[in-house]
Amino acid sequence: MSAIKEMPMAKAITAALRDELAADQRTLLIGEDIGALGGVFRVTDGLQAEFGTHRVIDSPLAESGIIGTSIGMAMRGYRPVAEIQFDGFVFPGFNQITSQLAKMHNRTDGKIKVPVTIRLPYGGHIGSVEHHSESPEALFAHTAGLRIVAPSSPQDAYWMTRQAIVSDDPVIILEPKRRYWLKGKVDTENPAPDAFRAQVLREGTDATIATYGPLVPVALAAAEAARADQRSIEVVDIRSISPLDDETIARSAAKTQRLVVAHEAPTFGGMGGEIAARVAERAHHRLLAPVLRVGGFHMPYPPASQEHRYLPDIDRMLEAVERSFSYQRGV
Amino acid sequence: MALLTCGAAISGATGEDHTVQPQEVQPIQLLAPDGKLAENEVYGPYIAALSAEELRELYRYMVMERRLDAEATSLQRQGQLALWAPALGQEAAQVGTIAALKTSDMVFPTYREHAMALYRGIAPEELLTMFRATRHTGWDPRQHNFQVYTLVLAAQTLHAAGWAMGINQDLRMGSIPRDRAEDEIVVACIGDGATSQGDVHESMVFASSYELPMLYFIQNNHWAISVPTRTQSRGPLANRALGYGFEGVRVDGNDVLASYAVATKLSAEIRAGKGPKLIESVTYRMGAHTTADDPTKYRSAQELELWEGRDPIRRYRTWLDSTGDADQSYFEQVDAESKDLASDMRKSVLALEPIDLERVFDTVYSEPHRQVEAEKAWLKDYEAGFAEETTSTEAGGTR
Repeated sequence: MSAIKEMPMAKAITAALRDELAADQRTLLIGEDIGALGGVFRVTDGLQAEFGTHRVIDSPLAESGIIGTSIGMAMRGYRPVAEIQFDGFVFPGFNQITSQLAKMHNRTDGKIKVPVTIRLPYGGHIGSVEHHSESPEALFAHTAGLRIVAPSSPQDAYWMTRQAIVSDDPVIILEPKRRYWLKGKVDTENPAPDAFRAQVLREGTDATIATYGPLVPVALAAAEAARADQRSIEVVDIRSISPLDDETIARSAAKTQRLVVAHEAPTFGGMGGEIAARVAERAHHRLLAPVLRVGGFHMPYPPASQEHRYLPDIDRMLEAVERSFSYQRGV
Repeated sequence: MALLTCGAAISGATGEDHTVQPQEVQPIQLLAPDGKLAENEVYGPYIAALSAEELRELYRYMVMERRLDAEATSLQRQGQLALWAPALGQEAAQVGTIAALKTSDMVFPTYREHAMALYRGIAPEELLTMFRATRHTGWDPRQHNFQVYTLVLAAQTLHAAGWAMGINQDLRMGSIPRDRAEDEIVVACIGDGATSQGDVHESMVFASSYELPMLYFIQNNHWAISVPTRTQSRGPLANRALGYGFEGVRVDGNDVLASYAVATKLSAEIRAGKGPKLIESVTYRMGAHTTADDPTKYRSAQELELWEGRDPIRRYRTWLDSTGDADQSYFEQVDAESKDLASDMRKSVLALEPIDLERVFDTVYSEPHRQVEAEKAWLKDYEAGFAEETTSTEAGGTR
């Protein structure tokens, strides 16, 4: 029987959680509505029936409590996987994540490990109400002690989830909720590449688009569309936000000599700026244009009726690629 | 007029006794400030069961802590500590409670549980490490079942709840770890100020809903830096437990015997599977909040005087002396021991080695992280550059 199956990303995450629950008695799930309901996105569907109410725990409606008790359970040797229902609801747990979870290993001089995984359905384009479409990754990336990954395919979602749970460090998985129903092949026997490395998904020669999570399929579509204009675009899936695989991104940028970084989060103070600086430091002499950023605007996430103008799409990415070509070096 | 009263209470204006609560509930007291032991059918038997040796130990730990506290304060005044948070006046609350627990019970402290830490065998210099800022913490929590101090207040009450969820989980799975006990409970310490933090609420919700084996130990020392307890709560803090569906008991925290008896009774009930309990220990912070604070700016001399009259150590010594379980030579011996502790502590604190920044890099994550490794390597090269410069300058000077 083949271990390769076609499934949507949400089901790939379910499969990863099931396999980790089965592999290690110490793995627990905790979150709001994750039991009988299976979570608002049904990612934990059926897991409570299979593993019991004490391993798939319906929590009180309290995000700080979910993270704080996960820390306590992890201190005792468990491997809690906490689900935060939506990106915008992570903030009541922000103190526990940044001042406690991220620092515990360091402040105890490595004596206490806190292998907590936080599953965070994130990003926009789902037509929802406010606080349901945010991209808070830069806030967490700025906090030493956290690992942050963002899968863009069912295969990555499956393996990143498993790798996050077995990691001894706290890991935040940014689950691109608009891609939950994106189907793809999942090979449960052959691991995807290391969760904390970037990956070149499409080779190209003229420019690179680097992005992660929900915008990876957009970048691949943009690269395909650019073919019509005789542009050969390389696409890098950044995959890991912390640690950041700046080496792989810079290598691609040095090769194509032009780099566009895209994310849904606002560009101001965002990951794009960090990546631009790092690529400039590594490959300045190779670049024919400054690293350009495509992202959200410096505003709270707008009402869904306007999100199509806020979120980067194929055209916004291609516009940045063309702008990159408009720069002339050494003039 | 009503507004004025309210404003005065909130601002913590001096000249009135801020330690009187609007809805007073008499705390459980066995030992009066004059050192007389009252009869008590419920709590008396717990005291009667204590041996002379155990009674003397309660005294000894209180005196040790008070001496440690004074020495730490003077170390800070001499510029040898970055900060110190005195526990002066709270010795009985802490010693009585920790003495009632088993060593297998995990304690999640705030940052003022010095007597409890001492009782658990944490060395004075380990306790002062954080305050000397040589390292973030000086002890191994696993060795003493005593977690590290928490400064972002009340965050630890959720860790305690999570630890207690882990206990229940172990019991369900029938897999108690070798280093844990079957009847283990968890103690979450907080002060009156921290009870206003949202994490306390969430912790109590989790504790109640999951029937966790938890003891909340609130030391109401009446002042959150400069703000009186009345600004945190208009009712006794013990009553808060009722809102979550569990029992809260108010105890005289300056009475080491009542503190011991109440904690013993409640912890036995928690061990028996009756779910969480709360102790509000009514005590008084006789010193400053920390060495960075001046209490004369917000509280009156009369109030301090009133509470000095309720001193926990004096009243216990009076009683202990009257029982014949300790005599003058014992008290002198403890005094001498506490002086030795202070002078040894001074030496060992001054000898504390600061952590290397390399070690800080190494513990940000437990697994390799590209950016941390790159920055660590960069710093090494950068500093090596200075070393070379110094060497070449020195070499140049000899020419």
